[in-house]
Amino acid sequence: MNIVNFTPFTATLGGMIIGLAVVIFFFFNGRLVGISGIASNALTEKDNKFDNILFLLGLIIGPIIYSLFSSKEINITISNSIILLIFAGLLVGIGTRVSGGCTSGHGISGIGRFSLRSIIATITFMVVGILTVLIKSFI
Amino acid sequence: MNKLISLISGIVFGIGLLISEMVNPAKVLGFLDLFGNWDPSLAFVMIGALIISSPLFHVIKKREKPIFVEQFNYSNNKEINNKLIIGSALFGAGWGLGGLCPGPAISSIALLNINSITFVFAMFIGFYIVKFFNLSKTS
Repeated sequence: MNIVNFTPFTATLGGMIIGLAVVIFFFFNGRLVGISGIASNALTEKDNKFDNILFLLGLIIGPIIYSLFSSKEINITISNSIILLIFAGLLVGIGTRVSGGCTSGHGISGIGRFSLRSIIATITFMVVGILTVLIKSFI
Repeated sequence: MNKLISLISGIVFGIGLLISEMVNPAKVLGFLDLFGNWDPSLAFVMIGALIISSPLFHVIKKREKPIFVEQFNYSNNKEINNKLIIGSALFGAGWGLGGLCPGPAISSIALLNINSITFVFAMFIGFYIVKFFNLSKTS
């Protein structure tokens, strides 16, 4: 194992801002952030539909607002294989709804409440994610 | 007012994802590459989020009601079953393949990257498949 590209300061600061967003949503609206749930319910459920759509819109506007006030350029590196991305997207969409949460719902909101269910879910998706990347490195 | 809070929570969450660089799939795959070139940043994002959210969850939960709605509305599901494990494993596999989970994927739409938009589209089809076949309800 080599440690590379490690950015502990921006990671912790960004994480704290994410934590703040989760607290705002809970304190004022009484709901816990779970983005797979919010996104899926925005698509398929009538309850809180407009709230869910506004939250998702915020997720997209947030980076745009930030980039207006920051000179830091945003670069992302993403796979070029459309087939792989479609397959990955389907797995993420199906998996998060079958297990009832993703990195935010289980990983932050669930673990933050010390939910054993969410701790098990988070360990499972992290271990499988690490194994997937390991297997990919041999292909 | 709760509509405005939904939008603000989303915006703040999106800014956190951007500052922590979690919108960049390469950064996430670096975290999952534990046995290769490991980037521990994602762990610091989660720790940052939990430092803020976890203590405040426990304080806010004791209140009678949230500020802008009549009652708290979150799942208190404690069930640990096959769906939790299988769903989390499917999510972990998709996460490891693409380097995107639901929040960062939706936020990255702001960057107008056709590959991440393709991923989001596939993810929404995944949500719809689970809804259509009722996969989150049956055990």
